[in-house]
Amino acid sequence: MALRRFDIEAGGDSFAFLPETEPTIAFWLAKYPDDKKRSGVIPLLWLAQKDNAGWLSEPAMREVADRLEMPYIRVYEVATFYTMFRLQPVGKHHIQLCGTTPCMLRGANDLKTVCEAKIGPKMHVTDDGRLSWEEVECLGACVNAPMVQINDYYYEDLTPDSLTEILAKLQNGADVKPGTFIDRLNSAPEGGAKSLVEAELYDGSRSKAVKTLPNLPSDAPAPAEPKTPAPAKKTLIETTKPAATGEKPEALKVAAGEEDDLKRIKGIGPVNETALNALGFYKFSQVAAWTPVNIAWVENELSFPGRVEREDWIAQAKTLAAGEETAFSKRVDAGEVESSKDEGED
Amino acid sequence: MTDDLFKLNIDGQDIEVPRSYTLMQACEEAGAEIPRFCYHERLSVAGNCRMCLVQWQGAPKPIASCAQTVGDMRMNPDGTPPNILTNGNYVEKARSGVMEFLLINHPLDCPICDQGGECDLQDQAVAYGRSTSRYAENKRAVEDKNMGPLVATIMTRCIQCTRCVRFAAEVAGVEEIGMISRGEGAEITTYLEQSLTSELSGNVIDLCPVGALTSKPYAYNARPWELRKTASIDIMDAMGSAIRVDAKGDAVMRIMPVVNEEVNEEWLSDKSRFIWDGLARQRLDTPYVRKGGKLTPVNWGEAFAAAKDALSAPADKIGFIAGDLIEVEQAKAALDLARALGVQNTDCRPAGAQYGTDGVRERYLLNPTLMGVEEADALLLIGVNPRKEAAVWNARIRKAWLWNDLKVGLIGEAVDLTYDYEHLGDDPGALDGLFGRDSEMAEALRNAKRPMIVVGESVLCRDDGAAILKAVHDYALEVQAVTEDWAGFGVLHSAAGRVGALDVGFVPGEAGVDTASMLAGDLETLVVLGADEADLSKLGDTKVIYVGSHGDAGAAAADIILPSAAYTEMAATYVNTEGRVQMTHRAVQPKGEAREGWAIFRALSDVLAKTLPYDSADALRDQLRDANAVFSGLGFAPGASGVDALKAPIEVAGSVDAARPFGAAIGDFYLTNPVARASRTMAECSMQKQGLETAVAAE
Repeated sequence: MALRRFDIEAGGDSFAFLPETEPTIAFWLAKYPDDKKRSGVIPLLWLAQKDNAGWLSEPAMREVADRLEMPYIRVYEVATFYTMFRLQPVGKHHIQLCGTTPCMLRGANDLKTVCEAKIGPKMHVTDDGRLSWEEVECLGACVNAPMVQINDYYYEDLTPDSLTEILAKLQNGADVKPGTFIDRLNSAPEGGAKSLVEAELYDGSRSKAVKTLPNLPSDAPAPAEPKTPAPAKKTLIETTKPAATGEKPEALKVAAGEEDDLKRIKGIGPVNETALNALGFYKFSQVAAWTPVNIAWVENELSFPGRVEREDWIAQAKTLAAGEETAFSKRVDAGEVESSKDEGED
Repeated sequence: MTDDLFKLNIDGQDIEVPRSYTLMQACEEAGAEIPRFCYHERLSVAGNCRMCLVQWQGAPKPIASCAQTVGDMRMNPDGTPPNILTNGNYVEKARSGVMEFLLINHPLDCPICDQGGECDLQDQAVAYGRSTSRYAENKRAVEDKNMGPLVATIMTRCIQCTRCVRFAAEVAGVEEIGMISRGEGAEITTYLEQSLTSELSGNVIDLCPVGALTSKPYAYNARPWELRKTASIDIMDAMGSAIRVDAKGDAVMRIMPVVNEEVNEEWLSDKSRFIWDGLARQRLDTPYVRKGGKLTPVNWGEAFAAAKDALSAPADKIGFIAGDLIEVEQAKAALDLARALGVQNTDCRPAGAQYGTDGVRERYLLNPTLMGVEEADALLLIGVNPRKEAAVWNARIRKAWLWNDLKVGLIGEAVDLTYDYEHLGDDPGALDGLFGRDSEMAEALRNAKRPMIVVGESVLCRDDGAAILKAVHDYALEVQAVTEDWAGFGVLHSAAGRVGALDVGFVPGEAGVDTASMLAGDLETLVVLGADEADLSKLGDTKVIYVGSHGDAGAAAADIILPSAAYTEMAATYVNTEGRVQMTHRAVQPKGEAREGWAIFRALSDVLAKTLPYDSADALRDQLRDANAVFSGLGFAPGASGVDALKAPIEVAGSVDAARPFGAAIGDFYLTNPVARASRTMAECSMQKQGLETAVAAE
């Protein structure tokens, strides 16, 4: 590994984080107790590098040390240990070329030649300040080898030609879409799927009930044939119910906006509220008026035997219908009850 | 408690050790020798050199014994204690493999390496390495780093043990050394090669197990086997650190620390370590007499004749001032001569500190002792900067702060002491109502079982010094710092000779005047015993007889110069700030015509027909012991044995000037005494500290 030293001259005398980075810094520092804030050294160095045109200058490193109240030498150790902290200026588009075995076998050396020809030696910044490159160890995209990383994105399945084209576009200020540069989806086979292409695999016609289980002991009874196909979708309210009991209370149709927030009743969450609404219950007064036979019917519909009585929905509904508050409804109104919030609220 | 002990079988021998021991300590307890590079008993465990491998029978791999805690080991399957082998084929092969790896990148430059002859790597390569190298590839090379004027670096030799990194961070408390990059590129450096700022930086030279960090001033001067090694005592501060003076011929070549757990552990401050070139410069090697305004070399007879002439003045017109580095024997002989002449104007406090005149020794000693800070639970420093006044002790305070949760408070100049402290104020007024104050430190002092209150010598030099001493002492009694077995009140001196001279009684006699009055210019003759710090500018026509080793301020103002030996050139007694009586030993002969201080006064007494009653230093010391029992025991700090004397409040008139802030205790750490001012190394350190370009930094 080459010696890694700060480019003192190019670093200038000062560095300041961009104002828009401050919330991110606060985010990282909030993760650690105040006397252990040095744990945030790597994220902060990373942010400093982003704010300093892709490389870490000596003043930037000192700024991180000052913020974390660390001795400079300790930050210096970290910054020099990790090669992804770059200690010399880089181009606006910094190319990290993977040269590890799979990429090398797939032609990384040819890409290197392109970089050398188009940009220059490693870590050299082109005169227009747009491009620079270095060779790095495996970037973990071996299946799409050979590849490069340009700033934050991967450009995969490259050839000398496609890389030349990318570099030319970047040098001209054009954007280049990251991803693969051959006809494939992500890391799927080139030209589309090569196996599992039969249409019946996907239309359900090949699915059959399982009659025997692999590794089943020979003397075990064969599994019974399922009587009905399993329901495609299973939700709370659609479970198979026993025969209807009780008496259906009076249902209402209420204009949007006039319904009460049934979730203010302890025991009614978003799911139950939707179910009750579907059954035609929208108002506290309706719930308050349920008779025992009504309750039996509703509990049967909701598949929650005994719950209305156990959680005393009726008394709660009476109180709320009268315009008063229960202890639980206060908490709901204060937003403290997670399960009573409207869906999509956060 | 047997629960806390763990049984091991080491090399076939059953041994029980505390569970907290490392396997290395256990092996040493069993008498085995374990080689190591990175491990150091006063630093944290790094475990990165792998030299201390031992065999744990049943374990799949050799064990790094420095990083294996005994309590974490398990018994053999049959319940017998684990079997450890520290030698045998398996261990030898493992160590020789490690050694081979270490030597891969280590240059074979022992013939030109200053560490040669005292190099851990050299010794262990002989003991544990292969006879030849099998490595034929290129070795790596590392750029040398600047670490300042004291530490030379040849970084290619570095084996990355990180002892220096850990020392700087843990003991010295300045995180300035680190290991940058990684793998083959790893390098030890200071931040952007800035110089080390620690007063203890020289210790990394001793810690370095190879020749990567060596002494810059000593570079290529000598080989360790050529040096005569003399155990002695350092006098650059009042700690009395144990040192070893290495000399060749008549020159001191270097000074190294010696372990003294009670004083300096095994560290030494840079001033004490690198002062040695000052012992060969600016030396007074022959007597001088001022003739026609110019100091002229003369022989002893002529010098004594001139001195006799000067000392024939009336006794009340003669004064004796003893300086910072004066040894007990010289103080005794000078004082005896003064009294024989009827002179009462004697003082050993050239800076004017106000203590030591009431005859209570405990009121000017560091009673809690240097080591006592490790037992203390709260430390209040008043007008002290221990980092400069007793740099090695400062490391011990830091250790106590780090590991014992010692609370430290400071009244005085707020400086970086390398540990956190509560700054309680700048002036003596901060002591008022401190007992009841609502602060963490005041709380700690109130609740402390062993509070330690230390006042600096410099604040006692103020006009209200005596009143401050009383106020501090009163406060110590108030927080019950003085109990049956704990004397929590102490004075930290900065001069090695002061306590000894006070013990001899070198203070104004009856109707005698103190330093300030003597220096006012009313005397006819003033005898200055190496008191270069005293302000001699107002003396006017006063004849000055200077007895000392170095041509410094005192010699420049002198009319008669009597050259004396320096501390490396005589066996002399010094009493450190704790009241610990210790002796230096002669490492080299005195320069030229210079003589030991006591002998000069003995000879002078002969000339003055007031012959002192001793012909040898031993006879003098016999009289010393008769006069004051403290000189009977060597190497012993009285500590809490003086609590009774401390319990009585100090009676003193005068009040504290509460609003006047305490100034800096020591101006320039590197230039506090004539020896240091004669040293080029110290001058370089001082200039470098002030941020000036120096010859070394410009290289």
